[in-house]
Amino acid sequence: MKRLQTRVLILGGGATGTGLARDLALRGVQCLLAERRDINAGASGGNHGLLHSGARYVASDVEAAVECREEGAIIKRIAPQCVDDSGGIFVAVQGDDERYVADFERMCAKSQVPVRELDVLAAREMEPTLSDSLIAAYAVEDASVDPFMLSLDNMAQALSLGARYLRNSKVVGFVRDGGRIQFTRFNDETTGEFFEVEAEIVVNATGAWAGLVAAMAGAHINILYSSGSLLVTQDRITRRVVNRLRKAADSDILVPGGTVSILGTTSVTINSPDDCRPTVAETNLIIDDARAMIPVLETTRYIRAYSGVRPLVISGDGSDARSVSRGFSLIDHAQDNVGNFITITGGKLTTYRLMAEKTADVVCEKLGVDAPCLTRTEPLPASSMGKWTEPGRAPKSWIQNRDADDLILCECEMVSKNAIDSIIGNMVGMRGNSMLKAIGLRSRVGKGPCQGGFCGLRITGHLYDQGHVQGGHGITELKSFVGSRWRGFSPILWGLPLVQADLQEALYCGALDMELDHNTEYFSCEDDE
Amino acid sequence: MTRDDAIYDVMVIGAGFAGMAAALFASAQGLRVVQAGATGGIDFSTGFIDLMGVHPVEEGHRWNNPWSAIKAVVRDCPKHPYGLLERREIEESLDIFTGFLTEQGLEYVGRKERNTCAITPAGTIKRTYRVPRTAWNGSVALGKKAPALIVDFHGLKGFSGKQLVETQQHNWPELRSVRIDFPGGRGELYPEHLAWALADPLIRERLVASIAPHAADVEYVGFPAVLGLNDPQKVVTHLEELFGKRIFEIPTLPPSIAGPRLRAVFDRGLPSQGVRTLSQKLVTQVRKMDGGMFQFDVGSGAARVTVVAKAAILATGRFFGKGLWADREKLTESVFGLPVVQPENREGWHRSEFFDPKGHPANTAGIEVDSRFRPLGTSGLPAYENLFAAGAILAHQDWMRMKCGAGLAIATAYKAVEELNK
Repeated sequence: MKRLQTRVLILGGGATGTGLARDLALRGVQCLLAERRDINAGASGGNHGLLHSGARYVASDVEAAVECREEGAIIKRIAPQCVDDSGGIFVAVQGDDERYVADFERMCAKSQVPVRELDVLAAREMEPTLSDSLIAAYAVEDASVDPFMLSLDNMAQALSLGARYLRNSKVVGFVRDGGRIQFTRFNDETTGEFFEVEAEIVVNATGAWAGLVAAMAGAHINILYSSGSLLVTQDRITRRVVNRLRKAADSDILVPGGTVSILGTTSVTINSPDDCRPTVAETNLIIDDARAMIPVLETTRYIRAYSGVRPLVISGDGSDARSVSRGFSLIDHAQDNVGNFITITGGKLTTYRLMAEKTADVVCEKLGVDAPCLTRTEPLPASSMGKWTEPGRAPKSWIQNRDADDLILCECEMVSKNAIDSIIGNMVGMRGNSMLKAIGLRSRVGKGPCQGGFCGLRITGHLYDQGHVQGGHGITELKSFVGSRWRGFSPILWGLPLVQADLQEALYCGALDMELDHNTEYFSCEDDE
Repeated sequence: MTRDDAIYDVMVIGAGFAGMAAALFASAQGLRVVQAGATGGIDFSTGFIDLMGVHPVEEGHRWNNPWSAIKAVVRDCPKHPYGLLERREIEESLDIFTGFLTEQGLEYVGRKERNTCAITPAGTIKRTYRVPRTAWNGSVALGKKAPALIVDFHGLKGFSGKQLVETQQHNWPELRSVRIDFPGGRGELYPEHLAWALADPLIRERLVASIAPHAADVEYVGFPAVLGLNDPQKVVTHLEELFGKRIFEIPTLPPSIAGPRLRAVFDRGLPSQGVRTLSQKLVTQVRKMDGGMFQFDVGSGAARVTVVAKAAILATGRFFGKGLWADREKLTESVFGLPVVQPENREGWHRSEFFDPKGHPANTAGIEVDSRFRPLGTSGLPAYENLFAAGAILAHQDWMRMKCGAGLAIATAYKAVEELNK
């Protein structure tokens, strides 16, 4: 079995894991990050992309509010390429709890979260889609952040400083040597091969899967899985982040994400983090609730739904996900008699850097490394790995290059052949079970109204042309890609998206017979029944 | 707004396969026909005419004999619209329909008792009943696994000869591909432009000259379907003469040129049969007049036309054709507000996996008809004496999974016209 060596092994390629890889790399500590699927495949890619000002938490969790205020400001400063500093507003409508509204400014002051009361009419001028039944409005310093660009940029800098990473590598077990992990055993899901990594310290940054991974090492964490679903609109509905000024509920926040808006979030307790998917019922809940704040959300066109799992670490038998702390948990498993094993989970996208810093501090202490954290001040360089996630980047690059042979393969989001080739180049192998999915994660491919139906076919042709797929694998990978887009597409199928889905069915099944098995059946065309 | 003072025998609502077929059959029977409807599925058609290919869909069982397949589906799903048709009626409808296409220069071929295997632009093999003459040699070559070369072009996206060769490698080892520059083509190429360019015999000669060095040892040469718009057979014949090889076309991804070819045939052929076409216009209002006739508003604004017809055929399709429309709670029929057979709520419309072998329940939703193809009202009796329905809007069939789209559209249109004319 192949065996790799590193000082620190990081499990999980979400915001925390990639942030930790960068933090350690900046401190000069050798590390290797291993991710089961792909960058941000879990909750880091399944959230609002909201850079909290802290105002959301002033009533429920002062500590979280303060952390968000501080960290939000740091991310805006060090990673401006990932942030749309749109500002945010909190609004209440008729029928909302007026005591909560009346208390808001005082609570913000307690956490030193900047807030400014707005005239209701002025608020509606700032955001014309707001309801005409507003009773209160406040301006805050919310922003939106591109979590994919953030993690890819973190990983890119870590790699440039000597860190390594492996995707599609699933932890299958740990080899213990007394009170420590000697080897971590993996399965490479692309090749099917098993391999081991020997590390001085293992950090479990697997998010919602942290409990399952820890259990394999003989450690125990009690995690409540809270699935949250969100909806993506076809157009950007507001310029700013809009929050409902009330106690947290299903459909409180609308966050701009480039050319779209993202609405959510529900909170549904599920049994396993692998069960997470958006449902029709959640879609209805979100819209029924949100239209009081922004009426056009009832009639606007939605592009897709998606979801992520919040890992809520509990002590005792907490059962309501919203009341359990959303702060992060840093656990030294020396308490479970595994001395070189640390879990970092929970928390928020906004505080990922702080989580990485605190974890790296513990790692360095255990390693006896005396190097200060640099991520608080050191700018995060924009990378070629992360750049294609930005809406508008691909068309801009295509127009600037004026290459007549550079065909647009994804017409909804204008992603060209050269852009696809650049993304593939940056993937350095490690394609997982579908190269198309990996391309989609790193770009806008599949994110427009066609939801991958047309661009998936065109890009598949290109992958065949370039020799990236052979035999029937291109078709298998295409089916897997379209199948995974369907998870987010199927809950929003009414109106025009249903028309689009009908076209997709007519194309893939009606015209191309792709639902049928094409591996076993080639020769029977001329047989009689 | 203009008013058409004529009283038509029938208004055909819809311009997909079913609408076009209904207008054709009705005018052939001497009825005075007016037709309205936006571009239907025809524009996204591959040009293949499926009759019946898969049943039961959950088993993905493919049939080489479509008539046996129809028998089986009617036995197992008695409400399938084919259950309301005799084989004779289906055959006759297809003969008239393809006969009309052939007359108009778009010849269709196939075998009487069996489906034909055709290669798709994805490289998969599908069964269909009638194919354009220009695609036929592809099926013959596939059947014989003959040495063949697929040609594709720099700049024509979504069609990869290499993909076809790779996906067929075990089945058709002597299939190869080559990518060439289209004569005079630069940058991005579109099927329609290539088709126009190939109207020029000189371009064909240059094309053959650039392929010939790659095609020495093959019997067949396949192209993406770009070989001429109005008279593709002429282009194919000329290429065969120049080449000394058998030539065939493979449909490109929709919207391919197959759609415009079919549409052009109907745009030429239906008016010359006396059909008044209000193309690209939707029916916006319908009123029942004294004496039972229908009055329709077609189109909107200044371009709106009002027409009166003694009867109507509803051939508006399912979701893509906008015959059915969905809000968050339910599916409704767009023109008459007819009852729609459908799952109880939206959670039941689609399955959680796109490629679920059972297909999606929303795709068997639609309107129910009596034995004369008259849509049923809430009472379970025909909603109107003089309203008939045909094509994809009919409930209890999933044409995309069963591979019965065009055949069902044509045959039910035929029957609806027969009943209307009784």
